[in-house]
Amino acid sequence: MQQVSLLTKEYRTVDYASGPLIFVKNIRGVSFGEIATIRLPDGGERTGQVLDISEDLAVVQVYEGTRGIDTKTTNVRFTGEPAQINVSSDMLGRIFSGVGKARDGGPEVIPEATLDIAGTPINPSARDKPADFIQTGMSTIDGLNTLVRGQKLPIFSGSGLPANKLAAQIARQARVLGEGEKFAVVFVAMGITHKEASFFMRDFERTGALERVVFFMNLADDPTVERLAAPRCGLTVAEFLAFTHNLHVLVILTDMINYCEALREISTAREEVPGRRGYPGYMYTDLASIYERAGRLKGQNGSITQIPILTMPDDDITHPVPDLTGYITEGQIVLSRDLFRRGADPPVDALPCLSRLMNLGIGPGKTREDHRGVADQLYASYAYGRDLRRLVAIVGEEALTDLDRKYLKFADEIEKRFITQGDEDRTIETTFAIAWDLFSILPEEELKRIKREFIRKYHPAYKGKP
Amino acid sequence: MVTGKIARISGPVITAGGMKGSRMYDVVNVGGEALRGEIIRLEGDFAVIQVYEDTTGLRVGETVENTGRPLSVELGPGLLASIYDGVQRPLPILKEKSGNFIARGISVPGLDRAKKWEFVPAVKEGDALTGGDIIGTVKEFNFEHRILVPPDRAGTVTEIKSGGFTVEETVCVLDGNSPLTLMHVWPVRIPRPIRKKLDPVLPLITGQRVFDCIFPVVKGGTAMIPGGFGTGKTVSEQTLAKWSDTQIVVYIGCGERGNEMTDVLAEFPELVDPRTNLPLIERTILIANTSNMPVAAREASIYTGITIAEYFRDMGCDVALMADSTSRWGEALREVSGRLEEMPGEEGYPAYLATRLSAFYERAGRVVCNGAGERTGSVTVVGAVSPPGGDFSEPITQNTLRVVGTFWALDSSLAYRRHFPSVNWIKSYSLYLDSVGEWYDENVAPDIRDLREKTMYLLQKEVELQEIVQLVGPDALPEGEKAILDITRMIREDFLQQSAYSDTDSFCPLEKQYLMLKAILTYYTGISEALDRGVALKQLLALPVKAEIGRMKEIGSTDDLKKLIDGIGPACAALGAE
Repeated sequence: MQQVSLLTKEYRTVDYASGPLIFVKNIRGVSFGEIATIRLPDGGERTGQVLDISEDLAVVQVYEGTRGIDTKTTNVRFTGEPAQINVSSDMLGRIFSGVGKARDGGPEVIPEATLDIAGTPINPSARDKPADFIQTGMSTIDGLNTLVRGQKLPIFSGSGLPANKLAAQIARQARVLGEGEKFAVVFVAMGITHKEASFFMRDFERTGALERVVFFMNLADDPTVERLAAPRCGLTVAEFLAFTHNLHVLVILTDMINYCEALREISTAREEVPGRRGYPGYMYTDLASIYERAGRLKGQNGSITQIPILTMPDDDITHPVPDLTGYITEGQIVLSRDLFRRGADPPVDALPCLSRLMNLGIGPGKTREDHRGVADQLYASYAYGRDLRRLVAIVGEEALTDLDRKYLKFADEIEKRFITQGDEDRTIETTFAIAWDLFSILPEEELKRIKREFIRKYHPAYKGKP
Repeated sequence: MVTGKIARISGPVITAGGMKGSRMYDVVNVGGEALRGEIIRLEGDFAVIQVYEDTTGLRVGETVENTGRPLSVELGPGLLASIYDGVQRPLPILKEKSGNFIARGISVPGLDRAKKWEFVPAVKEGDALTGGDIIGTVKEFNFEHRILVPPDRAGTVTEIKSGGFTVEETVCVLDGNSPLTLMHVWPVRIPRPIRKKLDPVLPLITGQRVFDCIFPVVKGGTAMIPGGFGTGKTVSEQTLAKWSDTQIVVYIGCGERGNEMTDVLAEFPELVDPRTNLPLIERTILIANTSNMPVAAREASIYTGITIAEYFRDMGCDVALMADSTSRWGEALREVSGRLEEMPGEEGYPAYLATRLSAFYERAGRVVCNGAGERTGSVTVVGAVSPPGGDFSEPITQNTLRVVGTFWALDSSLAYRRHFPSVNWIKSYSLYLDSVGEWYDENVAPDIRDLREKTMYLLQKEVELQEIVQLVGPDALPEGEKAILDITRMIREDFLQQSAYSDTDSFCPLEKQYLMLKAILTYYTGISEALDRGVALKQLLALPVKAEIGRMKEIGSTDDLKKLIDGIGPACAALGAE
């Protein structure tokens, strides 16, 4: 699809500059989406991408910002190529900028291939059904919202909540039972602080995973527009590692809210009709072009599993960014300020959490036959117990029936023993054992979500009896 | 043929000059790679085109060629068990041509050109035919695919063949010069003609208790499923696609997840239609425009789907069409409208959103088909809606509400406690209750309508009682009202909840649905009577039949259920006052 350009075209016709955009006049033969190199009066060089072209005008978004660009001497060279990145398996253990330039002082990579960062959609009929249970060692995920290979499961956090700790713990503990590990992590930082980035780097270092990680770093003080390229560069590398080198790749994208802010900035600079809260109307499509780049392919060993992290502004799950994300991703893990204050670690609010692909990864032969029932029962009973708390606040605990008091206890215990686990790496069996232990708080006939045969097999009351 | 040149490119929308003579909605080939697009606006010499593929790499000055035809689909044998993209390109063929990722500029016909079909004629020379008449049949899996005279053709048969033919070979000649093949094409934006519309009176049986018993939809009706993310829209749509009692199902994945389509693709061939014992995939047509596929093709995918549905309806079939999600379609309209710099209406959606939505839903209906004989067919449309933030006041939900007959409001607070299907029984409604009442009386039981009314009354009462409980605690309620809270809890947990993943309960036959409801309400009657005699509620709730009712979902045989119901009355009556 690429056309080799015989003559590169250079123009000194920058007509207008605003925010991250420049408008170049009197251009010919420029293609949509191609990359431009911009040489500044002071000799510096920047990269830009064509967003809109008409007969004599091109709108170019400049990745490293427009500071220092003038309308007299700035030179714009159109390369004729779409945004590309050099990829290689040597990228493991290296650190790159948001547009794929080495930023660890090492040499540029010697490319095995040069790929378009926008990627192309996976043909739905080429996809393979995700089916491998990933044991993350976290009860709230393994037991209630199981992660499977090829899934995209975001963490919805609030400012100040320990989403990074949770993500690092998942990256550290995640494994597929009974398989040797052939994995890689692609870590994309978008607009996060140096402190947050170094937290992850230290954690990877501590666990010895560093040489299996490719970093794309766009920190809070790096150019905003680069954030638009960073996840695409990361995912292009992930696709290359997964589908050319057959690795199981875990992609961590943090923080998606910063990505969306950058998107809004560009949209506003282009004077587009805004959608909700000023975000562009095409944000759903744009986010989908990132999140949908996860999955497995038929006849291929590798896979891409995504864990995007996003901070909900004001803990508001209906904010456009978490909202659209939730509509695209296959579930979500939600952190709660209330649980955090009460000392739950991780403060995962189980009720709004969901894993849509859970059923593909659980059951006999994968986890255990009672998994579905146990998860549903935990949810139903916990939700009822939480409702009662509100009631107790008004009428006091004495007004409750005996049964309701048991539910109240159940809700307290589940938060203390099941959700809270600190740094512990739990096997799925441990998670089930805790769950069945919790069920013994409730009368047996209340366990309607679980088949009778499983109750007889796993309920502590039947332990040791035939 | 009109040929112009690209003058402007802005995402999926391009403007081409030198296009005078083009008509609105003509299909064009754009650039050297011949990307497919459609004209959506004409301005003097210029045509504004939405392109169904990614436009990266296009240059100003490349040629644009008008094909002179509107966007159309191919209709004929070979549709069943297919998976298409939004403009009817078969995805497995695209995979053969371009690998695991979808490349651009590939043109593939919708129907297999090489496959031979065994054609059995149903007309003879000299017969006068009009549009919609059946000229013969071919067997597609176990489905008798009727070959129709295209709606816009008519004439006298001068030649009719039989034997094996491809879709492009002539099987019949009208008036000596007008050949008919097994397939024909039809523009997607024009509804296929019918003789007349009928009032829908037959319920669409879905095997889902909350749908069939409480908020039914009819064959030829329309329903919407709105709900925030995670409320189970897609699972509901898939459940309906699996268990609806129609001959054909068209499933449109419009701007949704790739893995979900894979799930359907992997699961449907293994699942068996409980009524025909044939694999479900053999009655299903899938249209997949995943959320990262081009946005303009998303707009088209809905029309592609409904045109295929109408084609099967014209054969005299009942067709169910699932569109998941119409919000993505509306957003595609919005995106293209934004690129056209149109004056935005509410929340940036174009002002014509309501018109487009109602025009789409009106293509549903139960009809007398064109052509000889009194064939009736129906298209039922069930559209999922994804309101931003779960807020039902947004334009797509509201505009859809105005045109649909059944409203299944999904509720995130129910979903959080894993009450699925998370249909909110207070907000939802069905306008078809009266139309299907008679059918239920005759085919299920004469008292089923009473049971439903009583159930709805109790659920409504529960809301009022809950408000009181929130203020003063449950102990302050009289026994009779406490009993209502216990019964409604049973209705919710033992009747309304139905797991789509359970092997025994994912499909519940209508008779069992009726018996389950009857069991709970018989228990309620028993309790009420006993309470009047002065029996303590605690005693009544401790009866073993209550636990039995709680396990009804696992009971397979209706006789066992009937036995259970017969035992409820005596069990309650046996208790005397303390």
